[in-house]
Order: sequence, then C-alpha cells, then structure tokens
Amino acid sequence: MGTSAVAIEDTKTGEITEAVYEHPFIVRLCHWVNAVAVFVMVGSGLQIFRAFPSFGAKIPEKVLVNWPKSLAIGGWLGGALQWHLTFMWIYIGTGIVYLGYQIFSGNYKQVLFLPRDIRGVWPMLRHYFFFGAKPPVREAYNSLQKHAYTSVVVLGVLSVATGFAIWKPIQFSWLAWTMGGFHYARLWHFIVMWAMLAFVFGHLVMVVLHGWNNFISMLTGWKKDPEYLAK
Amino acid sequence: MYRRIDQRKFKSMSRRELLKLTPVVALGALAIPSVRKPLLRLGLGFSDWASKLMFRSGHLTTTFSDSDLTPFEKFPINDYDVDDPGVDFDRWTLTVSGAVQKPGDYKLDQIQALPRLRQNTRHVCVEGWDVIGRFGGARLSDFLRSIGADPTARYVYVECADDYYESLDMATALHPQTLLCYEMYDQPLTREHGAPLRLNIPTKVGYKQAKYLTDLKVTNVLQRVGYWEDQGYSKFYGL
Repeated sequence: MGTSAVAIEDTKTGEITEAVYEHPFIVRLCHWVNAVAVFVMVGSGLQIFRAFPSFGAKIPEKVLVNWPKSLAIGGWLGGALQWHLTFMWIYIGTGIVYLGYQIFSGNYKQVLFLPRDIRGVWPMLRHYFFFGAKPPVREAYNSLQKHAYTSVVVLGVLSVATGFAIWKPIQFSWLAWTMGGFHYARLWHFIVMWAMLAFVFGHLVMVVLHGWNNFISMLTGWKKDPEYLAK
Repeated sequence: MYRRIDQRKFKSMSRRELLKLTPVVALGALAIPSVRKPLLRLGLGFSDWASKLMFRSGHLTTTFSDSDLTPFEKFPINDYDVDDPGVDFDRWTLTVSGAVQKPGDYKLDQIQALPRLRQNTRHVCVEGWDVIGRFGGARLSDFLRSIGADPTARYVYVECADDYYESLDMATALHPQTLLCYEMYDQPLTREHGAPLRLNIPTKVGYKQAKYLTDLKVTNVLQRVGYWEDQGYSKFYGL
C-alpha cells in the first residue's frame, strides 16, 4: 500500500487523472472469496430446505415453497450438506479475516455506519428512487452505502449465529434460546438469507449503474477520478 | 499534491494488484468432479472434527414436559427399507463382541434389569424436522460397564435386523442420555419403532438412532461407519 492516492500523467497530452487506492488487498480478497461462499451457501442451503420445505415441528407438515432443484446446489440432501458444511468454514474465515483487517487497519472508518450518518440516508434514497438531486459526494462511501455495508456485516454475523443454533441446538442451546428456540432459529436462518439476497440484488444493481471504473476498483483496488476528489 | 506517475506505471501497478487475486480463481477447480468430491469430503470431515470438539460429555439436552410430546400416533416411522424386519422376539438376543470382557448373547431382560431411564427428548431429523418423544430404556453407559467394555475404545458399532448399521463415538455412547431403548411412551417398543431394542441418542441426529438392534461391537476400527454416512452424510452429526 503506502501511497493511497496518485496523479497519473498522460505522457502525450500531459493530462492529469487522479486515482485513489480504495480497496486494500485483504478487503478485495475477502470480497471475492466471500462472494463465492455466499453463492454456495445459499444454493446448498436451498437444497437442504427442499428436504423439509416447512418450518416448525414435523406435524402438521406444510410445504411452504416448492423450491426448484435447478436453483439449488448439491443435487441431494447429503451432497448439499457437504457443500454447506465445507463452505461455511470459508464463509466464516473470510468474515473473520475481513473484520479483523478492518478493525486493526482502521479501514473500517470509511464504511462503518454511525449515528451521524442517519441524516444522510434519506437524501440518497430520494436521489435513487424519487429523482431527487444528488447529494454532494464528500467521502468514498455515502451514508446509504455505509448503511448497506454495515448492515450486511451484521447479517453475516446473524447468518452464522442462526446457523450454529440449528446445527448444534444442544451444544449451543443458549444461542437457540435467544432466537426463540430451535424452530425459530431455522426460520431466522432463512429470513437472514433472504435479507442478504436483497442486499446482493441492490449491490449488483448499483455495480451496473456505476459502471466499469467503479467495478474494476474491486479488482485492482484503484479507482480513477473518484467523485469525492472533484471540486 | 499526490505522487505523480505516468500511465504505464499506473497500469503495471493495477495489473500487479489484480494478479494478487489469482488464488480466488483456484475455487473454480471445484467444477471438476475429481477435485470436488475429495474436497467436499475433506470439508465434511473438518466439520465432524470440529463437532467432536464442540461436544460436551456432561452437557444434558433439554427434556420436555408430557404436554409437549408429539402424540405417539404422529411420531414418524422412518426406515430405509422395511417397517418390520420380522424379528423373532423369543429367540432375539443382542450379540456383543469386540473390546469387552464379557462378550456373548444378551437377552432383553438382562438389559431391562439395568436401571431404567425415561426421558422426553427432541428427535431431530437430518432433513430439518423434529418431534418430541418419550423414550425409556437402559443407559448405554450402564450396559457398556456391565459387559466390561473398554471405555478407551473409540467406537460402539451396531448392526440391525434390517441390515441397517450404525456407529457411535465413545464419548456419545457414554453420555448419560444415550439409551438402549426398549420403550416408547411407557409402552414396549412397537415393531415399526424398532422392537425389541433400538438406540435413543438425543445428542445425535435421527439416522444414528438405529432400530431392531441385533449386534453390538466395541471397537477401535470401523470397517463401515453407518448406512447413511457411507453414502456421504456426516459421520459424527452431533447436535
């Protein structure tokens, strides 16, 4: 790292483009490994759900959703469990490395949603959904982004906690208890997954809307001409 | 002002950063079946290893009041094969072998002579559903002690009248709620629930709780782990 911003000089025209090193290597690595892990966890989780597509006790058994096999990973319950119980460690691992890095490097400051960011959320929402004026960009992450990236970390922690509550309901009986018991823990695990998928959907829409320069920054770390540097 | 660099330098800098991510591409190897299968077995094995560490021998599972019980008629009957393998109760014995001081054939009344424990516990299926049932029987730990089983052996392996087979780690076998079960809902086991003797292990998932037991072996080596385990399910699956 070292340098966090550079001025790129076009050797022919002498034009200057500024670039900022926004995403440190550890963050990028965790992002992509975690993206694969989330994909596998959701896909295999839905195959596991197919074995008992309901909530609560066995009886009465109601089929809640006929989730199609083609939208699931693992092929059968045993296969899906192998995927799920393998990738959960990768998922947890990237989570721990990411959080550890963010905390110890201080990098968390650019994404952590704090009470002072609350008033910035509505103007951004108005801009995106109701044709409001674009609020001035002063930081790498605006209030809405901070809200999204902080929430998804919370969702990540909840997905692991609810997962452990249903995988080890006896050894972690206190965890299941905090969620309202074994049956509710399974429901929460499912709800947290959909909340996370909602994040992924919004995230992908934003990636498309903000174009190539923004996308490439999650691969190289460098973002050319970030808005917050412009006067 | 920022450090000034030319375009070429920026390009090589960006490329270097991009190349650092190449290890992520290695995850693509999971698309190859010959790589995927052993890797997923390894992952499942790691989960089993972690599960063993998480298991606490002294930690009891929740027991429920009678009003929480799933009615007996609604307690699911799960088999891999037949509901009733046609056990001849008069001639039935549990054949004990392996690392024990007193191997041989044990009659049901010898097992019933051990202190009886009745418990209302949750029965959790690997599929995700669960029921609360009432089970009665002798502690497996009491039986193992009575036959002089080596408590340092690693596994208890059982075989069943319907050719089902299962194995248990010794720590779980010695858990105070692990039963050689001969009663459900205070009545002798019915044929479809595994008469005359089945396992009731509330700290394990359902497929570990073998029915129609015929053989029990205390051993350090398993030739096979269990009917479902050998098809790719977790070998430990503690709850």
